[in-house]
Amino acid sequence: MAAPMAAGPGPAPLLRVVAECGRSRARAGELRLPHGPVPCPVFMPVGTRGTAKGVTAAQLAALGCRICLGNTYHLGTRPGPELVQRAGGLHSFMDWPHNLLTDSGGFQMVSLVELSEVTEEGVRFRSPYGGEEILLSPEKSIEIQNALGADIVMQLDDVVSSTTTGPRVEEAMHRSVRWLDRCIAANRRPERQNLFAIIQGGLDPALRTQCLEEMTRRDVPGFAIGGLSGGEEKDRFWRMVKLSTDRLPRDKPRYLMGVGYATDLVVCVALGCDMFDCVFPTRTARFGSALVPWGSLQLKNKQFAKDFRPIDEKCRCPTCQRHSRAYLHALVRSETAALHHLTVHNIAYQLNLMGSIRESILAQRFPEFVREFLSTMYGARERVPAWVLEALGAAGITLD
Amino acid sequence: MKVKLCGVGGGRLGTLVGLGRSGAAALALPGCLLYTRTGSAPHLTCDTLQAVSGVPAVAQLTLPTVAELHEVLEEYKEGAAKFIGMPDAVLYCSLHDPVAPCPSGYNTNKTVSLWGNSGRMEMTASKFMDIQRAIQPDWFQCISDGDTISGEVGRKRAKKSVDRSLSFLDVCLQLLEKSPELQGSVMFGAIEGGDILEERLRSARETAKRPVGGFLLDGFQGCAMAKETKLKLIASVTAELPEDKPRIIHGVGKPDEVLECIERGVDIFESFFPFQVTERGCALVFSYDCHPDPEAAVLKQNGAQDLDKNGAEKDQDEIAKADPEITPFEIFLKDKRYQDDFGPLLEGCTCYCCQRHTRAYVHHLLVTNELLAGVLLMMHNFQHYFSFFSAIRDALRDDKLDQLKNLVFRQALQGPGNAKPGQ
Repeated sequence: MAAPMAAGPGPAPLLRVVAECGRSRARAGELRLPHGPVPCPVFMPVGTRGTAKGVTAAQLAALGCRICLGNTYHLGTRPGPELVQRAGGLHSFMDWPHNLLTDSGGFQMVSLVELSEVTEEGVRFRSPYGGEEILLSPEKSIEIQNALGADIVMQLDDVVSSTTTGPRVEEAMHRSVRWLDRCIAANRRPERQNLFAIIQGGLDPALRTQCLEEMTRRDVPGFAIGGLSGGEEKDRFWRMVKLSTDRLPRDKPRYLMGVGYATDLVVCVALGCDMFDCVFPTRTARFGSALVPWGSLQLKNKQFAKDFRPIDEKCRCPTCQRHSRAYLHALVRSETAALHHLTVHNIAYQLNLMGSIRESILAQRFPEFVREFLSTMYGARERVPAWVLEALGAAGITLD
Repeated sequence: MKVKLCGVGGGRLGTLVGLGRSGAAALALPGCLLYTRTGSAPHLTCDTLQAVSGVPAVAQLTLPTVAELHEVLEEYKEGAAKFIGMPDAVLYCSLHDPVAPCPSGYNTNKTVSLWGNSGRMEMTASKFMDIQRAIQPDWFQCISDGDTISGEVGRKRAKKSVDRSLSFLDVCLQLLEKSPELQGSVMFGAIEGGDILEERLRSARETAKRPVGGFLLDGFQGCAMAKETKLKLIASVTAELPEDKPRIIHGVGKPDEVLECIERGVDIFESFFPFQVTERGCALVFSYDCHPDPEAAVLKQNGAQDLDKNGAEKDQDEIAKADPEITPFEIFLKDKRYQDDFGPLLEGCTCYCCQRHTRAYVHHLLVTNELLAGVLLMMHNFQHYFSFFSAIRDALRDDKLDQLKNLVFRQALQGPGNAKPGQ
């Protein structure tokens, strides 16, 4: 299928900016994706293997989720792209009528490094199921992602841990640029599957700048900021985010990969990011932790045994409407239903947070929102981490 | 609370009216309870349970899981139904969890042992009633000594189980009268006596003399007792019981066994069976549609064919990892044959899972240990099981219980040993 490239006005832009914050770089918009519009800034829950951890597709949709993630590495090994394609694509396989984003499988290079070898050709994995060697090349990654059929697909990038230093970081950056070109060429459905570039360059401002220069020359529908959120110092993290958003085109979506802590979301929206994903909210739910505007509650703790209040009195999620901390405390010891209650609540928390952020941007009161958020989360101003104040200051928001 | 029978032979078709504290709820008979664990339908939240159709009006709470919350419920004061987030459900509290094995040899004249998450709890009649006051169930099983399940227990032990249970019942009835918190609660008396007919009859007659709201046929769990003996005892016991009070049985859940008990006058069952099916990665696919319409029959045959496949699989030695408890009423979705099966769990099923997902998807979720597998299977298995009870009532109404029995028994005989070659 030939893609309508170059000639003419080209496809409609993916991002429609609806409002911009007068002080910071925060913006509210809409992603115009094949499976319906997605208001942004947006948090995308992670459904690694074609399921959001115990939550049904209907529940996820009822919470207001309009885009979630699938993992190419996981789905590519089990059940495999052929099977998903025969099922009519990932949307159909998991019965998700809204949008999907698939990663490239490259991130698993960091997490499964002992299983892989990176060359110019691609990444060589040893399959943990069966042991045969698999070459994940940029072409192969896109082929799998084309078979899965997500609305947004990611380029294969050469991922190095954000704490790595030295020539490996530079090599990975250059290779990621080369792989981007191979991915663009390999995408067989650009009109239905939006390919995002991933900015690399580690924590080195010069390398990241170079990567931004190279990649923004390519005509891709959106950009991701990669290689961060891997245990680096927050101080360096936010500077790399800002450096990236400084140089990314205003009219295209910016996806900050692997970020999902509430404070990080608020700060990075202020720095100009539109999309986020993270396993944290759903993973922490499975460990018994419920997210609240003032932090989190570990419901396994004995202090909740006779606490008959909901997790958050102001939360309108199905869990808080019906269940008390005391009941969840009793249930979490032995029943998986408790994990589902907490997963539902935590996804609702993330989506509500993003919804409030968006509303405040639309109402031109995002700086006020940030101040209220921080005051609820940290109480006194002295307790707000220094990097948060600095990052917000750089984005034009002060707490006074 | 009262049973209103419609007066049809072969089973007790009717309605249990005036349920719950409000007296507004009703349970169609024969029927089953909603099985819960710590007050929650297994794997399900309110949303997912609401998507299951035909959920019974009465939920079963098991004492071992709630007894550990005694102090919490005492402080809460508003009863277990509200505490577990089901304020409108009618609650029946049973002494044991039908799924958890109960070690033998721990009961005395004064105490019965319960086994919860944190081990053994010794329950006296007064402690038992204290906990019930905190739970405030609509119905509850009186504490009883049902430790006769393990097979050859002998006449002496059977007699003891009856004596002890009657004495517990008398103490509890007295305490019930003096408990303002339990004025809306109905106590079920347990009929014990092991496999000794005289003891069973004595237990039934003595219990029936007392002001209980209904009867529990206890000690029929497990398979140590020969089936013929079991059925004969059940029939003899129910013959002794007043018509207008409900009879519940514990530990009987397989479709064929349910039908046999219904024929012998049992009204209420649990629904732990679909939970067990779910836990072993299986989906119920047995047919209970004895409608003469040939087209409908073809539609339902899909299930029966799969049951044959179960058997064929055995020959290939692939089912090795499957639970040996798998019955002929279910298919093992983790089996490789379902990897690329894009049909629903059961053709024609209207449950959430069958309307939206394929066997291939559920297979994938099971293989990757995803929590959603349990959710989807539980939704399907519950709905299928609840519909089975509805089909039983229809069959009783239309005088077709024999047809239904034939259909179900034919399927019970299928499975591993009776695989048709080439299928």
